[in-house]
Amino acid sequence: MDEMQEIIKTYVIKEYVEDDTELTYDSPLISGGIVDSFSMVSLKRFLENKYNIAIPDDKATPEAFDSVNKICALVREYVK
Amino acid sequence: MSNIGSYDERVKNFDWKIAEKELDYKPGNIINIGWYCSDRICEKGYGNKPALIWEGSTGVEKRFTYNDLRLNSNAIGQFLRGLGIKPEDRVCLFMDKIPELYIGFLGILKMGGIAQPLFSAFGDESLFVRLDNAQTTAIITQKKHAPKVRKIMEKMPYLKHLIIVDADPAKPLLDREVAFDMEKAEKPEKFDIHPTYAESPSVLHYTSGTTGQPKGVKHVHYSLISQYLTSKWVLDLQNSDIYWCTADPGWVTGTSYGIIGAFSSGVTQCVLDAGFSADNWYRFIEKHKISMWYSAPTAIRSLMKAGDEVIKKYDLSSLRHLASVGEPLNSEAVLWSEKVFGKPFLDTYWQTETGSIMITNFPGMKIKPGSMGKPFPGITATVIHPETFEPFNETGKIGLIAIKPGWPAMMRTYWRNEETYQKKFKNGWYLPGDRSSIDNEGYFWFVGRDDDVINTGGHLVSPFEVESALLEHPAVAESAVVAKPDFVNMEVVKAFVTLKPGFTGSKDLDLEIMNFVRKKLSPLAMPQEIEFIDTLPKTRSGKIMRRILHAKEWGEEIGDTSTLEDD
Repeated sequence: MDEMQEIIKTYVIKEYVEDDTELTYDSPLISGGIVDSFSMVSLKRFLENKYNIAIPDDKATPEAFDSVNKICALVREYVK
Repeated sequence: MSNIGSYDERVKNFDWKIAEKELDYKPGNIINIGWYCSDRICEKGYGNKPALIWEGSTGVEKRFTYNDLRLNSNAIGQFLRGLGIKPEDRVCLFMDKIPELYIGFLGILKMGGIAQPLFSAFGDESLFVRLDNAQTTAIITQKKHAPKVRKIMEKMPYLKHLIIVDADPAKPLLDREVAFDMEKAEKPEKFDIHPTYAESPSVLHYTSGTTGQPKGVKHVHYSLISQYLTSKWVLDLQNSDIYWCTADPGWVTGTSYGIIGAFSSGVTQCVLDAGFSADNWYRFIEKHKISMWYSAPTAIRSLMKAGDEVIKKYDLSSLRHLASVGEPLNSEAVLWSEKVFGKPFLDTYWQTETGSIMITNFPGMKIKPGSMGKPFPGITATVIHPETFEPFNETGKIGLIAIKPGWPAMMRTYWRNEETYQKKFKNGWYLPGDRSSIDNEGYFWFVGRDDDVINTGGHLVSPFEVESALLEHPAVAESAVVAKPDFVNMEVVKAFVTLKPGFTGSKDLDLEIMNFVRKKLSPLAMPQEIEFIDTLPKTRSGKIMRRILHAKEWGEEIGDTSTLEDD
């Protein structure tokens, strides 16, 4: 577990999980219906604000956002 | 050979009696959509045929034959009746695309109730205004969505039951809550189906307009006639088809063609209850050998964006016929589908109020990529002058789409809002609120909406609703909401916001406001972009001029600004 994983997971639970569904770092977020394609925009905005990065639109794909671990990998590509 | 055969012949010899005869319906007889979609198919000898093959996001699969559909819908109908729910009471379906949604819809209709499907991503405010308008008696939902209902229960004394289909036995239910487990429920072989007639109300779908609250579009059981025949002639549903309608029954396509058209035709339907991913969609088509695929431009453009390489991993040769709905299908998407699937997506045009397909491209017809196609046989549609409301005498003129009222699936009114309903008619025409032209071969070409409603991913969003929600945020002084062009969704919501004293626009405030609207209304209504500005353009009488902001977003001429406040 690292800090980024935990920050992102906590944010996803707070913003997108409506009940007491448990989430792991590998839980499918997009394909699992937890975060829909419209809401992905707000999740991307959170990541950009939090880590002071700009994620190109063509990299913000449903596949790249499909789990906390995948998101962390994507964010790390842009964090200086 | 397609079901429709020759379009011109069908137009010449058309009568809605064709559908009545095929469905063994005689005017004045009982007509119940729930019965037509389950019992009737069993009576025709197809009880053991798969009706619904459902796959969840974890890969779990559930299968239901037509006999299962009949028995389970009986179970739901009996359960609702047992709760004291009466014919014409509104019963809301607030669920993901799970089997209980599809079968619950039929169960409600069988006991005479009015099904009120609502999109499960709606936030509590969106939910409340729709339930309050309908004065809903019961809601069928999942435990994951129950908290949103609980939040507004106090404000809804008319709501007698919150029915949870997957309640946790370890957790006590609250006041007015009741559990219903479809798998374990007693499934009555015989169920007294409520004798509904042609004009008995069946479905209440909510749609957004430019001003005012969402409107409840009332449909009746006779809508089946149009929905059945358009499924046959446009979607070309045939007995051996494996059909996939990707729409959510929270919206009209999901009920008209994802439930009524599909099951009344007796085809096998597959449902994927999972978020979008190109890989997963192609895998689903390959696995279930989908032959008829009815989807939306947003999904098609998302697939285009995912690239052609991923398609090569799957065997999609089962696909026989493709159609699209929700917003105009651009010519690039038509050409792309022809290239990668070997057949074009055929665009279909209709809306919540029309209940069934109005103008469309037909199997076997010459396709002009980017065109809406031609009117369904029996539908008189034209383009009229926006001021005189008279049809144009020459082709190529841009005007309002106008349709002669009277087809079976047409809405009967807006729920508790007859005045707005009457305003949809001019000079004997029904006006869907869209602009187009007609070419010299009779093909319609979509131009745009005739109002400020935003069509995002095929769903209509009212700028008024979003502006009202924005004003509830403590930092927002004023707001104006317009459509912004978007490659995938055609349009997305953009908000212009002025802030109250003491607040400063920032990235964090931007995100906070986005999430505020998303939770209150829905992810569709969430502004994908917020621009903080000092003042909004207004008329001298103080009315916000959305038109100017819209023109700016679309790079259009601003037009007449003589009434602008600061001119």
